[in-house]
Amino acid sequence: MTFNFAMQAIDHIINSAAKTNYMSAGQISVPIVFRGPNGAAAGVAAQHSQCFAAWYGSCPGLKVLSPYSAEDARGLLKAAIRDPDPVVFLENEILYGEAFPVSAEVLDPSFVLPIGKAKIEREGTDVTVTAFSKMVGYALKAAEILEKEGINVEVINLRSIRPLDRATINQSVRKTNRLVTVEEGWPQHGIGAEICTSVVEESFDYLDAPVERITGADVPMPYAANLERMAVPQIEDIVRAVKRACSRSARGK
Amino acid sequence: MAPQISTLRRALFMPAIASRFMAPSALSRSFSRSADEDCSTFTVDIAVQFKGHNVEPPAQVVETSAKELMKFFKDMSRMRRMEIASDQLYKSKLIRGFCHLYDGQEAVCIGMEAALTKEDNIITGYRDHCTYLGRGGTLPEVFSELMGRRNGCTLGKGGSMHFYKKENGFYGGHGIVGAQVPLGVGLAFAQKYEKVKGVTFALYGDGAANQGQIFESLNMAALWDLPAVYVCENNHYGMGTAEWRSAKCPEYYKRGDYVPGLKVDGMDTLAVKQAVGFAKEHALSKGPIILEMDTYRYHGHSMSDPGSTYRTREEISGVRQERDPIERIRKLILLKEIASAADLKSIEKEVKNEVEDAVAKAKESAPPDPSDLYSNAYVKGYGTQAFGCDRKHSTVVLP
Repeated sequence: MTFNFAMQAIDHIINSAAKTNYMSAGQISVPIVFRGPNGAAAGVAAQHSQCFAAWYGSCPGLKVLSPYSAEDARGLLKAAIRDPDPVVFLENEILYGEAFPVSAEVLDPSFVLPIGKAKIEREGTDVTVTAFSKMVGYALKAAEILEKEGINVEVINLRSIRPLDRATINQSVRKTNRLVTVEEGWPQHGIGAEICTSVVEESFDYLDAPVERITGADVPMPYAANLERMAVPQIEDIVRAVKRACSRSARGK
Repeated sequence: MAPQISTLRRALFMPAIASRFMAPSALSRSFSRSADEDCSTFTVDIAVQFKGHNVEPPAQVVETSAKELMKFFKDMSRMRRMEIASDQLYKSKLIRGFCHLYDGQEAVCIGMEAALTKEDNIITGYRDHCTYLGRGGTLPEVFSELMGRRNGCTLGKGGSMHFYKKENGFYGGHGIVGAQVPLGVGLAFAQKYEKVKGVTFALYGDGAANQGQIFESLNMAALWDLPAVYVCENNHYGMGTAEWRSAKCPEYYKRGDYVPGLKVDGMDTLAVKQAVGFAKEHALSKGPIILEMDTYRYHGHSMSDPGSTYRTREEISGVRQERDPIERIRKLILLKEIASAADLKSIEKEVKNEVEDAVAKAKESAPPDPSDLYSNAYVKGYGTQAFGCDRKHSTVVLP
């Protein structure tokens, strides 16, 4: 079912799948894919809305992928199945109902995407916004709004949580000098925290403003519609954070 | 495959042979008002035989009164109406997310309440609306919670699957299948430890019955003689999977092995009352016991499930005709001349109005205050900060 139920089997995902190749010194590999919906749906309350990207993303031995578009879903799932290591494949229930345009190349039977490579969904010059899964769509919509206000946003679709494509992210920030990370999960020890640190470690001198992060609220998911709306990132949150990141000018400029 | 289907169908259609009643002690009393107060007891035969596993079943006769039967009728009618109203509210999108309805299974929670007190605990899964009402919840609290309003039983923050009423011994309301059962054993442990003369009833379905944690906690309950009763509400389908497809042994009352079990006609309120009273005594003196309630849900697993892709409409309507718990009580009341058909109709009308009023009130009530987003995350927040989606835009210090 959803990854919320996977917690009842998480011992096996981590201790039997993720660690076995290492513990057996390569004798036993675990070419398994765990796939299912992850994160918040609509009105399903606390026990059914958790995003597990950060938890699984911290485990060596696991690979963690999260598609956004139909192209991602097709290419990444095939890559996951072909991959010889355990892969956690985090889908999104709301995205199941969304249609995406696909090229003939995507529909080709041999189409597959590489694991560990992010995609620049939208090229930009003023600020880098990273996201995965449903939040990519929100980031793209925020970019359209910001375009009208003269801010040119580069949106990176992470696709791969682990391994994280630090190269693409850092290359982008070295170009734009500003970073906003977006995710649905809880803030503490989240995906954005790792991305921020990676950029601080590798591209500190290129940053013209502090890194901003938009995340889920730091609470279990409430049921009531008005509270749920406050607990999950909205497009206006992304817009606000981008404007903050862009409001500081670089020192010496 | 075919033989197993017909076995299941036969089991479901075990007709409710009209109970062989003892000579009615009442005169032709046909006003429900006096019936509501008539506590004089009489006995009723339980039609379907109890089946025991490693235990001598209780007697096939149960004591009841006119007052009790009238209460059963009214309470179950109210629950039935409530679930039907919830169906409509879900379809009009006033209820969101998940909605798992209990109509058809009312005899289980009403029969339980007839044999228990607030000193006993009940814990169940997500099909909890009626269980909540049975534990003293009110219709406005239910509908407000389902619609996510602040005067709901959990302030609108829990939703359909997370109703609680701790002061009345109702511990929820849980979304992850089977997880409530070990929690129930823990509650029983606390009762024994604190020397409270109460028992914990942990409810789960046939779908959950194969969960490992159920057996792990059963072992502990048996080892330490805890006052825990496992109640398997066997409605024969775990979501869309029939019991014969999911369990090697679908005789759930036998699955406890070293723990005794009892199979009960879960559509017969009086049988449930008898079994639950028996189980409570057993749990207090000897240790855990499993009750398998043979019951049925008319709706699908949830409102996303039409409920007719894995079972036939004939099966559903057949159970409704032959075994409906409310109809059973109605027939008994009429047979014993406790009230007239018109009286019962007027009770149904009364209950319908109660439900409609509660729905109307709930529709008008306010959603939770935005500050409730952060309330109750902790008991003690130590002054830490909690953050909203944009941590620089919304942050709160937890008390």
